[in-house]
Amino acid sequence: MSVYNSNPAVTRKGSNVQKVPGGKLGEGFLEPQGKGLIKPPDQVELSEAVREQFFMVQGLQKFSLFKIFTLDSSVSIWGCLTYHINRNYKRKSQGFLLQTTRMLPKILSASALRNASTSPASLIRWLFSLRWKAVWCMKTLMKVEDSEPGGVSVKVTTTEDGGEVEEAGEDDRPDSVASKIDRKEPKQTNQFNFSERSSQTLNNPLRDRSCQTEPPPRCTFSATANQWEIYDAYVEELQQQEKSQSDDSKLRKAAKILERMVHQNIFDDIAQDFKYFEDPSDEFRDPEGTLLPLWRFQYEKAKRLSVTALCWNGKYQDLFAVGMGSFDFSKQGAGMLLVYTLKNSWFPEHIYPTTSGVMCLDIHKQRSYLVAVGFHNGSVAVYNLKREGTEPVHQSTAKTGQHTDPVWQVRWQQDDMDNNHNFFSVSADGRVVSWTLVKNELVFTDIIRLSVNGTVPEDQEQSPQVSVACGTALDFHKQTDYLFLVGTEEGRIHKCSKTYSSQFLETYDAHRMSVHAVKWNHFHSKVFISCSSDYTVKIWDHTISNPMFTFDLNAAVGDVSWSPYSSTVFAAVTTDGRVHVFDLTVNKYEAICQQAVVTKKAKPTRIEFNPIHPIIIVGDNRGYVTSLKLSPNLRKKPKAKKGQEVPEGPEVEVAKMEKLLSLLREPEQNTS
Amino acid sequence: MAGTGEGKKEEDYKRLHSFPLIRHTDMPEEMRVETMELCVTACEKFATNNESAAKMIKESMDKKFGSSWHVVIGEGFGFEVTHEVKNLLYMFFGGSLAVCVWKCS
Repeated sequence: MSVYNSNPAVTRKGSNVQKVPGGKLGEGFLEPQGKGLIKPPDQVELSEAVREQFFMVQGLQKFSLFKIFTLDSSVSIWGCLTYHINRNYKRKSQGFLLQTTRMLPKILSASALRNASTSPASLIRWLFSLRWKAVWCMKTLMKVEDSEPGGVSVKVTTTEDGGEVEEAGEDDRPDSVASKIDRKEPKQTNQFNFSERSSQTLNNPLRDRSCQTEPPPRCTFSATANQWEIYDAYVEELQQQEKSQSDDSKLRKAAKILERMVHQNIFDDIAQDFKYFEDPSDEFRDPEGTLLPLWRFQYEKAKRLSVTALCWNGKYQDLFAVGMGSFDFSKQGAGMLLVYTLKNSWFPEHIYPTTSGVMCLDIHKQRSYLVAVGFHNGSVAVYNLKREGTEPVHQSTAKTGQHTDPVWQVRWQQDDMDNNHNFFSVSADGRVVSWTLVKNELVFTDIIRLSVNGTVPEDQEQSPQVSVACGTALDFHKQTDYLFLVGTEEGRIHKCSKTYSSQFLETYDAHRMSVHAVKWNHFHSKVFISCSSDYTVKIWDHTISNPMFTFDLNAAVGDVSWSPYSSTVFAAVTTDGRVHVFDLTVNKYEAICQQAVVTKKAKPTRIEFNPIHPIIIVGDNRGYVTSLKLSPNLRKKPKAKKGQEVPEGPEVEVAKMEKLLSLLREPEQNTS
Repeated sequence: MAGTGEGKKEEDYKRLHSFPLIRHTDMPEEMRVETMELCVTACEKFATNNESAAKMIKESMDKKFGSSWHVVIGEGFGFEVTHEVKNLLYMFFGGSLAVCVWKCS
C-alpha cells in the first residue's frame, strides 16, 4: 500500500503479474528497479495539491485519459481535446461520454470546494468562455461521429484569472503518452512492466561406453597360375571323370546281384528243384533213377562251337568252366573259354575269346582262379580269372615248346619243390609235357614220348619203328602223384610214371578205337575207367591187365566220369544223346538210368559231376550246357542193416569196390 | 600332317577344358556356386578385357557379401594372399584363364 501511494505514477493494469521467486509476496507488481522515473521532456509538473485532487477524482478509474494542462498552453488543450476526441472515436463508447459529462459537475464542485477564492461565478464565466470552444468541439465531434451522441470527454484544467491552476486529476498514462510523444525519441524499454523468465532444463547424464570386436579370422593362401598348371589340372579332371564313368564298380556289383536275383525269381522252380526236390517216384522205380533237367546254359556268341571241356571249380562249387571249340578237324576257328555260375544261366561270368579252339581245360585245385587250357593249335595257356582283361597270363609259343598237334588233356599238378605251379599236357603229337610257371614264364619239360610200340617187346622187326602215338587222355593218380595214365588214339592205355621218361610201367590194350577218357576212381586207388568210340566203357584194376567191367552202350561214348560221392557210380554220355548212369552195387550189367538229355540233333560231348551237389553238367556239340539233377536212386548209399551202424567215409566206398572186385578176381584167379 | 594333328589337338583340349574347374576353395556351398557362376559370366562377358571382368566381379561380390573383395584374373601369375577364412575361391576357366577371388578388409 505504501508502495502504491508513494509512487502514483505506477498504474496497476490489472494484468497478471508473474511472481518472481525472490520477491516479496506483498509486492504484486514490479517496480522499475533503480532506474528512476523516466519522464518525457514536456511532462507537466504538478503540485501536491493537484495531485491530491486527482486522487479524489481517481474514483473514476476508467478515465485514465486525463492530463493536466495549463491554460497557457491552449494549444495543448486543443491538442488534448483532439486527442481525446480521437480516442473516443476509437472507443465508440457511449457510456464513456456520459460519464465525462457527468464528471464535469463533480470537477467543478471539487474545484469549488478547494478554491474558496474562486467564486463559482468566475468559474462559470470561464466555462462559458470555453463554451464556444466546447461547442465547437462538440460540433466537430458531431461531424465526425454521426452515430454517437456528441460528447467529448473534456478534461480541462481551468485556471482562474491570475490563475490558480486547478488541475484535477492527473492521469498519467505513461506508456500511451510516451509512445505518442516519444515516437521520435529512441525507444525505451518498458521499465515498469516486464518480467524476466528463465528456466533450467534437466540435462541427461552422460556415460562412456566402448567395445572392441575380434577381427574375423584370416589365413594365407598361395598358388601359381600358368598355362601348364591349368592344362594339367584339366587333364586330371577329365581322367577322373572318365574313371568315375566307366569304373562304377559299385553299380556293377549291385547290377550283378540284381541280375542274379531276377534270375532266381524267374527260374524259381528250378532253384527249388535244385535244392529240395527229391523225386518221390523213385521209390516205385527202384532201382532205376532219373535225371531232372535244371538250367540250360548258352552263350549266343558260342552257338557254333561245341563244348570240348568241362570242369568244376574246386572252391566255388557253383562255378564251372566250359571250353568251346570244335572236334571237327577240318572246321577249326576261334574258341572260347567261358566260366558260368549256376546262379546265372543267361550270361557267363567270364568270357575269354581265344584264337584257337579250346580242347581241354583244368582248374587248379588250390588256386581256383588259375585255369590251364589246351588249344587245338597245340599251345597251352594259363588264365587268371581274377585279372581284368581277356588275355591269358601265360601262353606257350612255338619257341617255348608248344605241341604241334591239338592238346587233348591238361592236368594241374601239385606245386613242385620250388612252389611253382605246374601242369601236364598230352597232345596228339605224342608228347607228354610238363609245364612249369617259373617267374612269369612257362617252362616246358618233356616227360615222355608216346610211341606206338611202347614197351611191347620187339617183334620180328629188328629196328623198331618208333612212331608217335597220339595221346588223347590223361589222368593222374589221386594218391600216388607220380603215377599217371595216358590214353592213346590207338586204343591203348599206358600207365606211366613221372620218373620214368622212356618206359611205360604198363600198357593196357583197352579199346579198338581211340580212348576218349581215362579216369581214376576217386576212392579206390586201383580202379580206373576208360571210354572209347568203340561203344564201350571199361573199368580196370591197374594191377590186372584185363578190364573188370565192360559195358556196351550201343553208341560212341564221348565221355565218362566217376561220381564224387560213391565209388561205384559213374556216368557216361553217348553220341545218341543219352546219359548212362551206372551203379555197380545195384546193377553190375546195366545202367540204372538211361536218359536222353539233349535234343536229337545235338550230341553230348562232355559230362562232369559236381563235387558236392547232386547234379551233373553235360556239354554238347551245339554249345549248350545242360545241368541235371540226379534222382535219389542214383545216389544211393549202402543201406544199413537193422541195428548196425552205417560206416561213412571213403573207406566204405573202397570196401564196396573191393568187394565187387574180389568177386571178379576170384573167378579169374580160379581160372588162371 | 602331324602339325595339323597337333593343332587340332590343342584346339580340342581348349574346347574340352573350357568348363569351370575349381582348384581350391573354402567357401560354403551356396557362396561357392554363386561366386563361380558370377566369375564365369564376367569372364564370358569381358572375354578380352580382364580388368573389366575383375571389376564386375569385385563390385558384385562387395554388394552381395560385404566389403572388401579382391579379384585377380590372368593367364600367368603367382600369388600369396591373406584372406578371411571361408572367403577364397581359386578356379580355372576357358582352358587358359585363372581367377582368384578373396575377401580381406
